[in-house]
Amino acid sequence: MNEATPMSPRPSSASTANISRPGDTTPPGAPERPAPQAPGTPRTGAGSAGRPRQGLKARLMKPRTGGLLVLAVVVAVLPAFLQNAFHYDVAIQIGFNAIVAIGLNLLIGYCGQISLGHAGFLGVGAYFSAITVTNFGWPPLLSLVVAAVVVGLLAFVIARPILRLKGHYLAMATLGIGLIISIILNQEAQLTGGPDGMIVDPFTVFGFEFKKPWHWYSLVGGLLVIAAWLSLNIIDSPVGRALRAVHGSEVAAEVVGVDTTRYKVMIFVVSAVFASVVGSLGAHYIMFLSPQEASFFHSVELVIMVVLGGMASTFGAVVGAATLTALPQFLTFLEDYEHLIFGLILMLVMIFLPKGVVPSLAALFKRGGEK
Amino acid sequence: MSLLTVDTLVKEFGGVRAIDDLSFTIDPGTIHSIIGPNGAGKTTLFNLVTGVYTPTFGTVQFNGEPVTGKKPYELAARGMSRTFQNLQICMNMTALENVLVGRHLHLDGRLLPSLFRLPRIVRGDRAAEDMGRELMAFVGLEKYFDWDADAMPYGALKRLEIARALAAEPKLLLLDEPAAGLNDVESREIDNVIKKVAESGVTVVLVEHDMKMVMEISDHILVLDYGRKLTEGTPQEVRQNPDVIAAYLGQVA
Repeated sequence: MNEATPMSPRPSSASTANISRPGDTTPPGAPERPAPQAPGTPRTGAGSAGRPRQGLKARLMKPRTGGLLVLAVVVAVLPAFLQNAFHYDVAIQIGFNAIVAIGLNLLIGYCGQISLGHAGFLGVGAYFSAITVTNFGWPPLLSLVVAAVVVGLLAFVIARPILRLKGHYLAMATLGIGLIISIILNQEAQLTGGPDGMIVDPFTVFGFEFKKPWHWYSLVGGLLVIAAWLSLNIIDSPVGRALRAVHGSEVAAEVVGVDTTRYKVMIFVVSAVFASVVGSLGAHYIMFLSPQEASFFHSVELVIMVVLGGMASTFGAVVGAATLTALPQFLTFLEDYEHLIFGLILMLVMIFLPKGVVPSLAALFKRGGEK
Repeated sequence: MSLLTVDTLVKEFGGVRAIDDLSFTIDPGTIHSIIGPNGAGKTTLFNLVTGVYTPTFGTVQFNGEPVTGKKPYELAARGMSRTFQNLQICMNMTALENVLVGRHLHLDGRLLPSLFRLPRIVRGDRAAEDMGRELMAFVGLEKYFDWDADAMPYGALKRLEIARALAAEPKLLLLDEPAAGLNDVESREIDNVIKKVAESGVTVVLVEHDMKMVMEISDHILVLDYGRKLTEGTPQEVRQNPDVIAAYLGQVA
């Protein structure tokens, strides 16, 4: 806060004080804006005293209706293009990652807080489910829900002290949490199987076992659409505006009554719960679990998905997850050069689409449409 | 009864006493200006009163309740709102959304209703948007409703801060140099806005360098120098005080 309000009044420094980095702000064409608006072109009709009535077309242009519809259609139609079990597997993994990325994007993209430890929460959810179901015979759905509550509480307890930190310090603290969780999962071998991992029972709900690829595809696809819906709801609500205000100007949010700590903690918990649910399901899906799931590298991968797809964009998170999950599969023909080219592609994307794939393309598309 | 009572307030930064043994009161329904040379401690005083800083010593009472050391959002909930000298606009949002953030205290800020977008959220937001548009029109920003904040000119952002502060429906509004960086015409527009705000029953505290504005609209003026109270009184009294002239123009040897 001290940085934001210099103590000596110097009017000349006023206008430059709050200019944020390009990546910090939602670009004018980002899909989450209720009324996409290019700089300098006020929307006609909005100036009248009453609310402008929304036509069907305007409603469909909104991400909460139109965007969600597109996502649902893609999820529904995609199986027509999936030719074998491997394709299904990639699609299901994309779905899992996309759900985590949507949750993490609420924290990183909207609230402006970093976490390099979210794979840790995913890991706790996964192991909680794996251990209680496989070793103690709990019903998987019950385990999943209890795991989400446990992870939520864990995230809550951790979040209060560490979310007072900012920037690099917050990154370090969350990194530390991820590492601690990862170490515990490796060391507590009698419970977790240690580095060798453990076999996990299948996912059964009221006697129905999720076995076939399309069972899992339907489950994950459905959850993905729900996750996107929840995320879009949050963003366009008092809670979402509070989160974005924390990102935009924490001190401004505070003085109009936003308890910024509360909202940071709230969204940290929400994103951890998203990760936990995916962890639980993922363990049952693969039917094997190793501490790799909770590793630092997995945490970084999740952050890359958010940044690559476009921060502060729900569909950006989905696109980022899809890209980062599917791209390595397309590059396998390169053999030894696979990782090299993969890294190169990521670099090029960030250089040429600095705000991430979805917001950058949306802005381009808008500019093209205005000509 | 006074709305705000500041008693023997002290704020030290390291060895520097930015505010030194300062006491004053603010009566409801008035426009109260705080003036003083650069570095006199005006903004520090604002930060102390609004909870951004914690005082080293002394107390602040708001509406008869001791509020020393309370957080800014707790003070906002009690009816205090402010603007900033160095703009604190959320550049990642539209103009109207910025005003809606100011409406936060009057909306349902709990997670679950927002997560499932219950009808109450939709209703609340709709009413808040209508009010936000009214407030933007009130400060003269009717052409900027759906603009992205980062595309708006500086003068408009200054007014947007006032609209956001008003959205909280404060009892006490603290304006930190609302006219800084504005040209004459824009300053006079801000004058009118402040007068209209005061007429609507909101107590206004103003930090300002624009003496024309201060002398014209203030009911009461507090003059600070080196964190201490130099004098206070009506514009007439302050204008004629030799200490004030000395502080501004330098001591005559």
